[in-house]
Amino acid sequence: MTAADQVEIADVGLPAPFRRWFAQRGWTPRAHQLELLAKARAGRSVLLIAPTGAGKTLAGFLPTLVELSQTRAAADLSALAGRGWRAAPGAAGAGRRASDGSGSGGPPPGSPLRGLPSSLRRRGEGRGLHTLYISPLKALAVDIARNLERPVAEMGLPVRLETRTGDTPASKRQRQRRHPPDILLTTPEQLALLLASADAPYLFGTLRRVILDELHALVTSKRGDLLSLGLARLFRLAPELTAVGLSATVADPDALCRFLVPQPARGVRCADLVVAEGGAKPLVTMLDTAEPLPWASHSARHALPEIYELIRRHRTSLVFVNTRSQAEMLFQELWRINDDGLAIALHHGSLDVAQRRKVEDAMAAGRLRAVVCTSSLDLGVDWGDIDLVIHVGAPKGSSRLLQRIGRANHRLEEPSRGVLVPANRFEVLECHAAIEAIAENAQDTPPARAGALDVLAQHVLGCACGAPFLADELYAEVRTAAPYAQLARADFDAVLDFVATGGYALRSYERFAKIRQNKDGRWRVANPRVAQTYRLNVGTIVEADMLKVRLVRSRHRTGGYVGPLGRGGRLLGEIEEYFIETLTPGDTFVFAGEVLRYEALVENEVYVSRTAATDPKVPSYEGGKFPLSTYLAARVRALLADRSRWSALPEPVREWLDMQCWRSLTPPAGDLLVETFPRAARHYLICYPFEGRLAHQTLGMLLTRRLERARLRPHGFVANEYALAVWGAGDLQAAIARGELSLDALFDQDMLGDDLDAWLQESALMKRTFRSCAIIAGLIPRRFPGEEKSRRQLTVSTDLVYDVLRRHQPDHVLLRAAAAEAATGLLDIRRLGDMLSRIRGRIVHKALERVSPLAVPVLLEIGREPVYGEAADAFLAEAAEELVKEAMG
Amino acid sequence: MRRGAVERAQRAGDGAPAALASDPPEGQAAEGARLCAASLLGRSAAATDRSVPAAKGWAANENRADLRDSAQDHRVVVAGVALIADVAGALYWPERRLLAVADLHLEKGSSFAARGSLLPPYDTADTLARLARLIEAYAPRRVVALGDSFHDGRGAARLGAEDRATLAALQRGREWIWIAGNHDPEPLSGVGGECVGELEIGPITFRHRAEPDHAEGEISGHWHPVAVVALRGRGLRRRCFVSDSRRLVMPAFGAYAGGLNVRHRAFAALFGSAFTAHVIGDTRLHVIPAALCAPDWGC
Repeated sequence: MTAADQVEIADVGLPAPFRRWFAQRGWTPRAHQLELLAKARAGRSVLLIAPTGAGKTLAGFLPTLVELSQTRAAADLSALAGRGWRAAPGAAGAGRRASDGSGSGGPPPGSPLRGLPSSLRRRGEGRGLHTLYISPLKALAVDIARNLERPVAEMGLPVRLETRTGDTPASKRQRQRRHPPDILLTTPEQLALLLASADAPYLFGTLRRVILDELHALVTSKRGDLLSLGLARLFRLAPELTAVGLSATVADPDALCRFLVPQPARGVRCADLVVAEGGAKPLVTMLDTAEPLPWASHSARHALPEIYELIRRHRTSLVFVNTRSQAEMLFQELWRINDDGLAIALHHGSLDVAQRRKVEDAMAAGRLRAVVCTSSLDLGVDWGDIDLVIHVGAPKGSSRLLQRIGRANHRLEEPSRGVLVPANRFEVLECHAAIEAIAENAQDTPPARAGALDVLAQHVLGCACGAPFLADELYAEVRTAAPYAQLARADFDAVLDFVATGGYALRSYERFAKIRQNKDGRWRVANPRVAQTYRLNVGTIVEADMLKVRLVRSRHRTGGYVGPLGRGGRLLGEIEEYFIETLTPGDTFVFAGEVLRYEALVENEVYVSRTAATDPKVPSYEGGKFPLSTYLAARVRALLADRSRWSALPEPVREWLDMQCWRSLTPPAGDLLVETFPRAARHYLICYPFEGRLAHQTLGMLLTRRLERARLRPHGFVANEYALAVWGAGDLQAAIARGELSLDALFDQDMLGDDLDAWLQESALMKRTFRSCAIIAGLIPRRFPGEEKSRRQLTVSTDLVYDVLRRHQPDHVLLRAAAAEAATGLLDIRRLGDMLSRIRGRIVHKALERVSPLAVPVLLEIGREPVYGEAADAFLAEAAEELVKEAMG
Repeated sequence: MRRGAVERAQRAGDGAPAALASDPPEGQAAEGARLCAASLLGRSAAATDRSVPAAKGWAANENRADLRDSAQDHRVVVAGVALIADVAGALYWPERRLLAVADLHLEKGSSFAARGSLLPPYDTADTLARLARLIEAYAPRRVVALGDSFHDGRGAARLGAEDRATLAALQRGREWIWIAGNHDPEPLSGVGGECVGELEIGPITFRHRAEPDHAEGEISGHWHPVAVVALRGRGLRRRCFVSDSRRLVMPAFGAYAGGLNVRHRAFAALFGSAFTAHVIGDTRLHVIPAALCAPDWGC
């Protein structure tokens, strides 16, 4: 599109004050910004897909600002002289009509006051809430509000905009309900809370537009489910509502388009799609390191000087890593060689919020040269002049990588620059595949999810807190939300029954019901305490239990904590409880950029002290690990299978693969290579599914179960993103040679039947999944009115509840919700199932005399990664033996 | 390990040795543990053969009768009295044909439901079913519930008709003693049995909560001991018995009863620093010195 065209559109689309404003800044409205304006006039919901730096947010708000300015222009100006710029109700109505009239094919005109809800006319107050903006991050909502205030002030627009987050004081919240602003910026959880109140119809009756920011990130989680249900309700409360979704590039835009509009009972409906012109293609390269490439490291320590040099040569760099422990490690190592004293900061989800904000502000002010960060900076406003993104470790997925690299450069015309730093040989393959995918602009965002039943349960209770409802009506409304379009009536009824009395076959809780039916059949909350508890527990983010980390003075005693330590030290952040469970006092680990010594756990706080140790004893804790995307995995398999493409790979990697061909083989892309070999009196089986650590762990659990049954005495297994290694006392190779063990049978899909079922009974991951479902569904409130109880103070363990429920009502709706989540969540069962069906009849077995080159990386994980697989008795017996030996020896 | 209060009777290929009241030398205790581990490495397949359920540990032992009076018995000696610690979390005194269980917390689910958490109402039936399997296996003359048998004072009144009938059937033909606990301090009514504050039989005293000054021969509940065993980055948290030669604290038996880490100071107050956790595995118990169990919080 030429500049001349743009001016023409600008003339047609933009009112004079806006044109002047753009001109004063030397800007031209972008085509997609004007297109969104036209869509708004036509009364259409729309999804805008645009890269970072394309003015996405302004595009989303422009129609609202234009409409509000025109409403105001038509309003009684004398009101401006009085109480601010509030309009008289009649004028507001007229203004609204005027803006409707200017649209092409807008909503059909009705009576003159059609645009004005009766509640407004009755109350004779302001024009009501016009636009709702929803962001996945509270901080983002606040930043957007700040950014929006500028054009509003500069154009002198009569617009009141406010934020509402968990931090908003109660008095302001109250006022917002009585006198809503024109634009409210908030989060999905706050929307749920607002909808669960009796004045929701008043508050949202006037709503014209809802803007959903970073929609690609929201729809992949249960927060997206909750938001979709809230949106369905908004569409019912505000008949003239349209939705605007703002998103990065995704694999399936249609799924997002469906999310934005109410789905019909049959078929599908989609919002319009506007795709902003892509800017320059990103320039992504792999670090051409002069150092030897590690076999299995995740730290990229070998490339540190080169990373440092990159930082030195650029203005501001973002250094992305995949886990918090990697961020901690890299940050520390960079400072160790930071001879120039460059301002390098650290940012990840476990750090104290205040500290994170400080880093973000410094970044925005251009005071930092680099920030080492995790997914905590995947979203958020664009700051400063980032001119380089360094990605350390595996990219995991091409879309995620593309979004991260898009954080560099805000001028659309210039390419973003990214450098990938693989930490080991497999990651070289993955980086190579990712660079190819980016060159083709191939996307691998996850497919649309089916709405979770535990989230629905929370929503149903929220609806009852707002106003009594009829089951039939609510079911119809819920099904207009895209994730719930296929919801069966039986499932809805089961959820309703769960909310009311727990949904138990043994109907013993009628007297404790949380919602009850009125005579007219409408469901209402049984008592105010139920509504209060709901409000305290709204939301779908169930964090791993986190413990506060506090710095205290060490007492330098051995044998751990024996008495009170000095309290009141500095708070460093939060850490997962299950990580701490594996530590004993005296262990050292890296956190908040330093090596710390674990002193004690006192109530909810982990006491740590500084230590002179430079080599932490406990190397890592998880957090922020994403599995390798299916798409990228397929590309890596293809690369591995095609020798002609290896010439593009670095020399050591090529050598490594050549050696693999010589010693064993590299499997054709669709096949599964299984290698067996003896080593140090153990027998190993290695397979290379490339399906990500989570799916491999599940596979490992199931394989060891089967090998145990075959009396091959497996001892344990370890998994990484690419491969799985199982070992034991039984000679697997001989068993295969004798025909006693069939690999086809071992890897048969039927393992997803009984074996999976049996394993799920005891799986800690499954119990963790169930726990989060139980909390979201409201079975176990995290907080009760008047008590701020932490999970630990709850006197019932969800693990025990899971055991009992599974034994007595295995088809209970919460167990079904947990199973559905496990399929794609921590256990990745669906992906495992796809893999097993893909490799059926395509297993290539290689019996080796010794370890193959390809197997080295996963074997090196032993000792770094937790080893799984022993039955509890074997584990306990071994632990007893080891511990006794340690104590006696 | 403290003076050999504990003897593990299980040896690979051994018969059913009598309980040893004598103290094996320390080296022997270590040897015992080693032998156990060795026998276990060859055990898993055999366990499958005997169709012992592989899952869920204490909660699922369907075939108690098969395992009774076998080498599987885990013997614990308290004040010179030989007792069998059952993998289901109960204690059996063969001499007196007495079965003891602690902290049943019956009707905990409905107790929570009354306060707004509609927990599955199956806990009472579940707990009673496990108790029924034990009673069938041991056919005790006397059953002692060591307090906190009901989760709250109104629990006995809330007991459903079916569970009430199950309980009555279990009580038929044997003596049944409810010891008072802090959750159920008042005498229970409508649930049969006899309610007492504590119970003394020979050298043994059964009471709900251990008293620091009355160690010798005391068997109690209340603390819901669990042990965390960690090895190579993996941890397991299981219920356990805690004992030295003089006293024993039982694990909670109730389906919804949580646990307190044996490294909590409460146990140090009772036992000092050297005591033993008999950790409940899937099919048997494991002896682990408490000092070697991993701590969690509050210790």
